[in-house]
Amino acid sequence: MVNTLVTPTAGRVLFGDDDVTTLPQAKLRRRVGYVFQGIGLFPHFTVGENIAVGPRLAGEQLQGERIAELLALVELDPDMASRLPDELSGGQRQRVGVARALAGDPELLIMDEPFGALDPITRDALGEKVRELHARLGLTTIMVTHDMAEALLLADRVLVMDQGDLVADETPRALLNGHGGKIAQGLVAVPREQAERLASMEDDPT
Amino acid sequence: MSEIIDILLGLGDKFASHIVLAASAIGLGILVALPLAIWASRSPAVSRLALGFASLVQTIPALALLALFFPILLSLRTVFGEDLPTLGFLPALLALALYALLPILRNAVTAQANLDQQILEAADGVGMTSWQKLRLVEAPLAAPFIMAGIRTASVWTIGAATLATTIGQPSLGDPIFAGLQTQNWALVVAGCIASAGLALAADALLGMIERGIASRRKWQWGAGLTAVILGLCAAFIAQGGSEDDETIIIASKQFSEQYILAQLIGSQLEQAGYTVAYRDGLGSAVVHSAVASSNIDISVDYTGTIWTNELGRIDNPGREEMYDTIVDWERETTGVRVLGRLGFENAYAFAMRADRSAALGITSLEDMAAVAPQLTLGGDPEFFERPEWIAVREAYGLRVGETRNFSPTFMYNALKSGEADAISAYTSDGRIAADKLVVLEDPREALPSYDAMLMLSPRIADDKAIAAALRPLIGAISVEAMREANFAVDREGEGKLTPKEAARELARKIGL
Repeated sequence: MVNTLVTPTAGRVLFGDDDVTTLPQAKLRRRVGYVFQGIGLFPHFTVGENIAVGPRLAGEQLQGERIAELLALVELDPDMASRLPDELSGGQRQRVGVARALAGDPELLIMDEPFGALDPITRDALGEKVRELHARLGLTTIMVTHDMAEALLLADRVLVMDQGDLVADETPRALLNGHGGKIAQGLVAVPREQAERLASMEDDPT
Repeated sequence: MSEIIDILLGLGDKFASHIVLAASAIGLGILVALPLAIWASRSPAVSRLALGFASLVQTIPALALLALFFPILLSLRTVFGEDLPTLGFLPALLALALYALLPILRNAVTAQANLDQQILEAADGVGMTSWQKLRLVEAPLAAPFIMAGIRTASVWTIGAATLATTIGQPSLGDPIFAGLQTQNWALVVAGCIASAGLALAADALLGMIERGIASRRKWQWGAGLTAVILGLCAAFIAQGGSEDDETIIIASKQFSEQYILAQLIGSQLEQAGYTVAYRDGLGSAVVHSAVASSNIDISVDYTGTIWTNELGRIDNPGREEMYDTIVDWERETTGVRVLGRLGFENAYAFAMRADRSAALGITSLEDMAAVAPQLTLGGDPEFFERPEWIAVREAYGLRVGETRNFSPTFMYNALKSGEADAISAYTSDGRIAADKLVVLEDPREALPSYDAMLMLSPRIADDKAIAAALRPLIGAISVEAMREANFAVDREGEGKLTPKEAARELARKIGL
């Protein structure tokens, strides 16, 4: 909704001080970095071309150095710029997806279940990486996820949606201390119980 | 074998015009199909309508579609003026382009419908406008599929383009149709080899481009494209300038006599210093209009044909009056000049095997009427629909047991094998004498006359030199001479002549 891929049926979305529906669509989308659930790299573009696509649409050409810098940012080998997405692993592809989202120096980064398709180890490493970039580049990031543990570990602020309604808006610490209402607590209970069970196994050697 | 190779080597100009026609039709098909496919991908209604229309076109036999463009273009002359060509390149181009539409359109629409939704969403997400999305994402991803459609369309079009012969567009169908009519199988095989070879070559090159696009190898599709373009350039250059306004174009319908007479007329004109070109194997229905509109300059037509088809008459005023009426009618209505009669008739008549005729005691149509219910009658595909048949049936009260349709070539075989007791023969047909057939008499004169006439288009109607060159043919060809020439072309084995050789022989016989 923020980048108007979907139009709200009620209410407004403000970007800065402007209602997003009043902003020129293509321009708005170039100000918002978007990391897709399905990664969505263009299969006929090289990695470098994929990363440079946003600025290219805006009429600027991204230099090779900048592409290498972006690849380094997501911990990929700069030589990968000339490869096609098909030759990459899932984790590498989503790193390219993140690099593409960051290429236009966006004011806002939206991540729609960005790690859903990845294995747990890649997922954890990439989550940490994104959090680090968020801090280093001073970004505003909105991440959508079904995994409460991921939300609690990565976010500064967690908003819980239920059937389209906002039911909680708390810090991770507040959520873990019992705030946010029944639905939010139901979600927090899952990773907490998992952690307790894992911990009890460690304590009990039998 | 060496005969086929000789024919193949002589097919250069037909080959070139075949390529030019097929390539233009595919090009036009692409120009229409691609924008339509883009529109269709944005509107389901357009998609249904466009694909429905293209599929409908595909169900029309190619031969019929080609023939249909003649009346369509003729009626469009009221809008675009008299210069609009109704035969030859234009109608062939339009019909074949319509035919090429479906595979290109269907592949393009299917390719767009099957594009990965996540990639399209990503295109929106990175801020592409709808034009950028089409240019940068949709078009390149759909290209291999579209190319596959173009490839299918090319093979179809190259095959179907052989049928353009029937509407007066030179193509590789010329040797095929001529060979079928004159039973010259070397011509048929050569024509088939040439068009099949062309289709295979086009398929291979377009396949190379398709794979090049799919695997994103520039050199591969680049090389394929270069080869296609070079081939097209060669064909366009070879075709250009072979005909100009000075060329006299001579028509022939789809039977041996017409091929022979066209060659005879051609050689007369060449001796007088003219350049001639032939449009062989035209559909019977289009020849008269082609001459009347000066798309073709000279044809041989028959009084009975013009009488019923053009004047719309069904009565039979007798031979001389019929001819005089036609000459006046042509001069006043179409501007066609009837230079004169060649001297023989190619009329409908009924023929029987001599032994069968003797056994049944039939020598005239009156005799036949008495035993008709026990007889099987063979005719060419149009005969039993023609007014001549209706006239005969009514005049003699014929009630025939069974009627069967045969192509003119096979009619005589049917008679020989006993599949038909009598057939609707043509009086100038060489096989009447060769098979020693009995031609039944027509005492009530129900069958109209079919005098062969030399017709000149309005463009050359007043040309005294052309008339002078052709006048020696008037009244010069007896039915016996024509029969002999026809048989020389129609026969099998020893002594079989090409129409050109038969024409030379005929010229010698009538003292030219």
